[in-house]
Amino acid sequence: MSEAEALNDTPPAVADEKPLLQISNIEVIYDRVILVLRGVSLTIPKGGIVALLGANGAGKSTTLKAISGLLRSERGEVTKGSIEYEGKSILQNNATELVSRGLIQVMEGRHCFEHLTVDENLLTGAYTRRDGNAAVNRDLELVYSYFPRLKERRSVLAGYISGGEQQMTAIGRALMARPSLILLDEPSMGLAPQLVEEIFGIVTRLNEDEGVTFLLAEQNTNMALQYARYGYVLESGRVVLDGDAKSLRENEDVKEFYLGLSSGTRKSYRDVKHYRRRKRWL
Amino acid sequence: MFVLEVFISGLLSGVMYSLVALGFVLIFKASGVFNFAQGAMVLLAALTFVRFIEMGIPLWLAAIMTFGVMIVLAIFIERFLLRPLVNQPLITLFMLTIGLNYFLEGLAQAVWDAEVHGLDIGIEDVPWVGLEQATGLLISMFDVISALIAMGLVIILSIVFNKTKVGRALRAVSNDHQAAMSVGIPLNRIWVIVWAMSGLVALVAGALWGTRLGVQFSLSIVALKALPVLILGGFNSIMGAIVAGLIIGASEKLGEVFLGPYVGGGIESFFPYVLAMMVLFWRPQGLFGDVIIERV
Ligand SMILES: Nc1ncnc2c1ncn2[C@@H]1O[C@H](COP(=O)(O)OP(=O)(O)OP(=O)(O)O)[C@@H](O)[C@H]1O
Ligand SMILES: [Mg+2]
Repeated sequence: MSEAEALNDTPPAVADEKPLLQISNIEVIYDRVILVLRGVSLTIPKGGIVALLGANGAGKSTTLKAISGLLRSERGEVTKGSIEYEGKSILQNNATELVSRGLIQVMEGRHCFEHLTVDENLLTGAYTRRDGNAAVNRDLELVYSYFPRLKERRSVLAGYISGGEQQMTAIGRALMARPSLILLDEPSMGLAPQLVEEIFGIVTRLNEDEGVTFLLAEQNTNMALQYARYGYVLESGRVVLDGDAKSLRENEDVKEFYLGLSSGTRKSYRDVKHYRRRKRWL
Repeated sequence: MFVLEVFISGLLSGVMYSLVALGFVLIFKASGVFNFAQGAMVLLAALTFVRFIEMGIPLWLAAIMTFGVMIVLAIFIERFLLRPLVNQPLITLFMLTIGLNYFLEGLAQAVWDAEVHGLDIGIEDVPWVGLEQATGLLISMFDVISALIAMGLVIILSIVFNKTKVGRALRAVSNDHQAAMSVGIPLNRIWVIVWAMSGLVALVAGALWGTRLGVQFSLSIVALKALPVLILGGFNSIMGAIVAGLIIGASEKLGEVFLGPYVGGGIESFFPYVLAMMVLFWRPQGLFGDVIIERV
């Protein structure tokens, strides 16, 4: 490895390699009338950690569900645009097919199976696997090695463990599917700061050691931009800004609206600037 | 001696209640909906079974064929009723099962007929001679054997639910169907499995009740007997259905014998409900129902 490469802290960009996930200009409508996404495009490189930022109702969860095939059961529909995973369109695929192809979502609010034990919760993640019990049990131990706290609580019902442990269970459950891409929706929600750090730390390790790619929807902009390498900012269903994490952290508007670091005089609500739609041609 | 006899025969008839209750529990566990059509499924299964036998098909083959019919029914229910209504409020699904109930009752009688059919599955409803000689107790052989069959079924179902991958998926779906979907559990297939399992339970219940009462329309009303069992045992507990069935079977018979004379008889018809209501005050989820987890 040359000196220049070794010093470079971002992985070498391979320009000609296809991204793992490519979303182009999607539009999502709920209940046939409620237009929620108005042309969202994202590129998730293989091995990356990409943050999807935005305030309440910006459309982060909707974007993730559009990818993972969970929209349909909420009467949502992708009406325009394309979503390609590993180079193939996945608009027609359901969640079961996508999970078996290595794309899985960890839903906002954790959604553990409260009446199942931690162990059983994790095992449900392996439902689509066909590689036998031995492999599944090996991965169970692997998950416990990332989340040693869970191991102690493995036979407790998930309804009785703490919020942080539930978040770990939800992530661990997704890992049991042996995913290449995890869509992680607001893992920091309702958790104490050091717990959030612990969880993001594990996400980083999973990314580096297991090669799992992450798309991370977060309201906690500060935290997300510390761990992600690239970020997109959503506002009212549109991408209004994107860039690598460092440039976003230093962007004045991000500082003001999302990091709460206002520079200079505080503007009144009226003056809050809304980004105009940036046309993205394909 | 007489008390013991009443008690035991009460327990054994309780097993029959448990069996009907089980059908409800399975569907409730997997979809959170009270399947009003369970009684009609019992009727349909029993009628189909008895007509197959009347055609001269051997007992075991008729049973398998009837199970096949119940599986086809499960596939139809999933495809044409559940799938279009996914994510609708549970009350909508409940209404749907009411409609399904009348449809199946009508269908069963239209395809077969509305006559009373005697069903003979080769077990006679006579006292168990051996037991009578040994202990002097008069217990029906039929009660004993049907209790054993029911117990066997329950054990199989418990193992499927608690020890297998499919069972785990069933419980996951009942707990949080969105989360289940998110990890790739195919809801459609799970629903078919659950409805087919409850079809199997309906078949066993229909065959046993049908042998005793004759296969006729009133079989579908037998399902109402399961209601207090469900309240008492908890809607989502297999164990609860069993124990509550036994408790209700035994206590209604004992109640009839000991309290009946004072209130002019007929206790059997309402006593189980009184018992079930009393339990509700003490444990709203029933004796064995999943604890209602408040936190999260
Ligand atoms: N099932 C649905 N039916 C109708 N509208 C919906 C549905 N789900 C979401 N919406 C609407 O879509 C918009 C975007 O919601 P979404 O959940 O994607 O936002 P979000 O960025 O994830 O917000 P949060 O940070 O609060 O989770 C909101 O205005 C919301 O009201
Ligand atoms: Mg959200």
